[in-house]
Amino acid sequence: MIGNRYVVQDAQRESKTVSSRLIVALVIVAALALVLGLRLAHLQVFKYRHFAMLSEDNRVRIEPVSPTRGIIFDRQGEILAQNLPVFSLEVIPEVVDDMDAMIASLRRIVDISDEDLHAFRLAMKSARRSESVPLRLRLEDRERARFEVNRHLFPGVNVRAWLARHYPFGSVGAHVIGYVGRIDDRDLRRIDVNAYRGQSRIGKIGIERSYEDLLRGRVGYEHVETDVRGRKLQVLERRDPVPGQNLFLSIDIRLQKAAEEMLEGHKGAVVAIEPATGFVLAMASAPRFDLNLFSSGTVDADAYLALSQSPDRPLFHRAISGQYPPGSTVKPFLGLAGLDRGLEHARSKAWCRGWLTLPGTTRRYRDWRAGGHGIVGVEEAIEQSCDVYFYVLAHSLGIDSMHEYLTEFGFGEPTGIRLGSEGSGLVPSREWKRRTHGQGWYPGETLITGIGQGFMLATPLQLASATATVANRGERLRPQLIHRIISAQKSGHAEFMQAQRLSPMRAYKEDDWDEIIEAMVGVMHDRRGTAYEAGVGFPWKVASKTGTAQVYSIGQDEEYDEGSIDKRLHDHALFVAFAPADDPKISVAVVIENGGSGGAVAAPVAAGVIREWLSRPPPKPSPQVTEEAMPLARVSTIRDPNRIESSSASSVLVDDDRLISGGVRIPTP
Amino acid sequence: MMWRSITITGRGGSLFSRLPFPRELRLDMPLLSGVVLLVFFGLGVLYSSSGQDEALVLRQFIRFIVGLMAMLVLAHIRPERLHYLIPVIYVGCLLLLVGVLFIGDVAQGARRWLRVGPVGIQPSELAKLAVPLMVTYFVCAGSVPVRATRVAIAGLLIAVPVAMIMAQPDLGTSMLVAVAGAFVLFFAGMSRVLIALLGAIALAAMPLLWSMMHDYQRQRILTLLNPQDDPLGAGYHIIQSTIAIGSGGLYGKGWLNGTQSRLDFLPERSTDFIFAVISEEFGLLGVLLLLVIYFSVIGRGLFIAYHAQETFGRILAGALTLTFFCYVFVNIGMVSGILPVVGIPLPLISYGGTSMVTLMAGFGIMMSIHTHRRLLSA
Repeated sequence: MIGNRYVVQDAQRESKTVSSRLIVALVIVAALALVLGLRLAHLQVFKYRHFAMLSEDNRVRIEPVSPTRGIIFDRQGEILAQNLPVFSLEVIPEVVDDMDAMIASLRRIVDISDEDLHAFRLAMKSARRSESVPLRLRLEDRERARFEVNRHLFPGVNVRAWLARHYPFGSVGAHVIGYVGRIDDRDLRRIDVNAYRGQSRIGKIGIERSYEDLLRGRVGYEHVETDVRGRKLQVLERRDPVPGQNLFLSIDIRLQKAAEEMLEGHKGAVVAIEPATGFVLAMASAPRFDLNLFSSGTVDADAYLALSQSPDRPLFHRAISGQYPPGSTVKPFLGLAGLDRGLEHARSKAWCRGWLTLPGTTRRYRDWRAGGHGIVGVEEAIEQSCDVYFYVLAHSLGIDSMHEYLTEFGFGEPTGIRLGSEGSGLVPSREWKRRTHGQGWYPGETLITGIGQGFMLATPLQLASATATVANRGERLRPQLIHRIISAQKSGHAEFMQAQRLSPMRAYKEDDWDEIIEAMVGVMHDRRGTAYEAGVGFPWKVASKTGTAQVYSIGQDEEYDEGSIDKRLHDHALFVAFAPADDPKISVAVVIENGGSGGAVAAPVAAGVIREWLSRPPPKPSPQVTEEAMPLARVSTIRDPNRIESSSASSVLVDDDRLISGGVRIPTP
Repeated sequence: MMWRSITITGRGGSLFSRLPFPRELRLDMPLLSGVVLLVFFGLGVLYSSSGQDEALVLRQFIRFIVGLMAMLVLAHIRPERLHYLIPVIYVGCLLLLVGVLFIGDVAQGARRWLRVGPVGIQPSELAKLAVPLMVTYFVCAGSVPVRATRVAIAGLLIAVPVAMIMAQPDLGTSMLVAVAGAFVLFFAGMSRVLIALLGAIALAAMPLLWSMMHDYQRQRILTLLNPQDDPLGAGYHIIQSTIAIGSGGLYGKGWLNGTQSRLDFLPERSTDFIFAVISEEFGLLGVLLLLVIYFSVIGRGLFIAYHAQETFGRILAGALTLTFFCYVFVNIGMVSGILPVVGIPLPLISYGGTSMVTLMAGFGIMMSIHTHRRLLSA
């Protein structure tokens, strides 16, 4: 029985068993198939948007394309700051089979230092294998040529060009033009990071900084399809960057150069302004520094340290930030105030015997000329720079009134020129002294304010600007550095800057102006004038005023003896002037630190600047004519600045910086 | 009434009977056409996923031809004759598995390959066929429904190769081999009580299994639960494949246009994750079409099993079909993120030779079962 059960195969029963199990299997299969179908429908229909977005994120990378920075020209179209291609050697690691062997043979052609190699290996670690890593920056032309000849031997090694800021005039106008540098933490705090995508340079000082928003342009974008290793496959979409605007400064670089050469060997500043417009023609600060030291991207740390720690402070922009006691250069302004007040002695003559004491005191306020000037009116007092006359005048005006008049000429507050770190100068007042010193005002302080000593401070720019106001007979214009802006977008559309009128000052009588200007003419052209030497044989009539500002207070009975005093405590030499006196084309302020006498040291510098400017044909204002005066290559840049981009893109890669992985990349020919 | 006049109904008989395939080829046309459709669809997808590598597609095609010949040969062997061969195949497979453990090639930390001249074979793939064959052979030697004692012996027959594959280690394949053997027992009428009992034991053994797993295997299971946990490590595969599937949408991005695969975001895209490429490029519609073909093959397999005359044929055809379904389900399940990532290729489509040949051989056996039926006199 039992054996039978094993032997006999019940076909019927077996068939039924298997069939029922097959049906169960079918049901299970169908159920699981449904599960799969639902899962796929869930992913592909209900969550489609979500995953489509993720897939797009995977695939597309948005890369910034940096704009070309605007070019800075002087008013005649000379290039002051431009973008030049520099070449570096880069390696794509994944293409190179044997890196060490390749570098070894590359070293026979191109100079690669151990530092270069170290930096390269470091950069290679953090870069993708498909990314180009710089091996050597700033190739010499000869090296580049040698490499190009042999480039077939070096697959994966490329010469890459990018644009670096270059300043053709080097140190001329350095403080005004400024330079660009790497964006640092301090910059990051004040900028919109989005506007700087793909860029690593920013204007640090001067025009480069204060007109950064115009010069920078607008960053463009590329939507790039990339694979999982970040290799760029194709550009899907591109919004071109907008190149920065080209700025034409009101500065004339030749005049600037002349001014700086005359300042050579001194510390000091020269500011020249066109009175009719407020345009700054020259703004020199000495000592100066070479802008290209900063633009290279690899600032030599030692060189920078030397500059920033030099006791002469070459990085300090003396023309706008330097604040000096104006000395006797305030006299024309105060003389005008006296005339305006109709003060008794301003109209008549005063007796200068070489010193003055205030009633009831014994202290003597001395005149610079020990013997005194004798009987002087306002004209003689300005010509000969009589101190006693102005002590008396100051005493009659009072400090409050002087504060009011001097402030109207723009002293004591920034001129508002768009250039960083402008000093405001200082015009003292009772209120100011109480606030800052916690003391009352002493009458003696009024006297020395009358000769521009004591608390009063002015920047060379303020002096030039106030002098221009005299030249304009009271019309105040804000000093400006930008002459015109040529849009890079609207193919050469030029925007000319208008003169900016400042709040008008009180109306002085024409006679008063005549009298003061006549007095100023006497400074250089009258035999007794303090700058007569500088005026001998000078072909134009110049209205001017000398100033010699004390740095070191000498005692009541001491004599000022240059030889015995440290050079840094020597008097500052100052000079303000405009010319021609009857049709002013230029107004100048010169400050030479510790230079000594204004008439002897500062006046010849100012005279030189005036001569340089007036002796050449006046610049023609229309832009067309200006263009004709320029070399042909530059004309094209101005008519259609976009062409700078397109033409350079065909020969070099326009790429503002190393950091950018975007940018136009075209293999170098 | 109108529609009836325009409807032309089939003229009875098989459509395929009119095709120029002689009956002597012993091929089952519905099954074969399903298989061929899948293979050719797969070749097209491979062309795209491999980055238009014609050589790779050609290699896969050659494997298909080899598989086709294996199918042709096996379709000609009468099921009764096959009986005698089964123990030989099984023992041979065991020997190869032993061989792998000692002289196999190491790839990605596992010994799975045996190199014979220029050809590499994966004995574990062979086991997918050998084990159900052997178990069916053994079960049919006794009575059906199978009794518990014989289930135990059959379990041993399954466990030996499974353990060896697990030792390679290849968890996915070993599980599938085990499942293939279990399907045989299922069709052999193993009692429901026993199934429930074994299921309970299996559940109870989970912690033990967990403790025996390699770290990376555990990680895969954890990853399934929360792929975002380690998006660039363990979760990367599954995140990228769900992105590929989801971004395909209803209509897909088009052939050769799948960005996830073309740009290398999708790993293993010619092998285990090829389903994601299909989903991305052909969308839900394409995927559903693929599933329809798969399930028509599975349906035909179950049909063959149902209509087989011998118990041996019925059990074997059923088990092979269900195993095939298991591949499809596990692969799509893992690629779409509902099952842990185990190395199971998408049958007939993923790039890989041994799998293709054993699958085709399996279909050959099923065709043999179907075409060697003794025609009953009506």
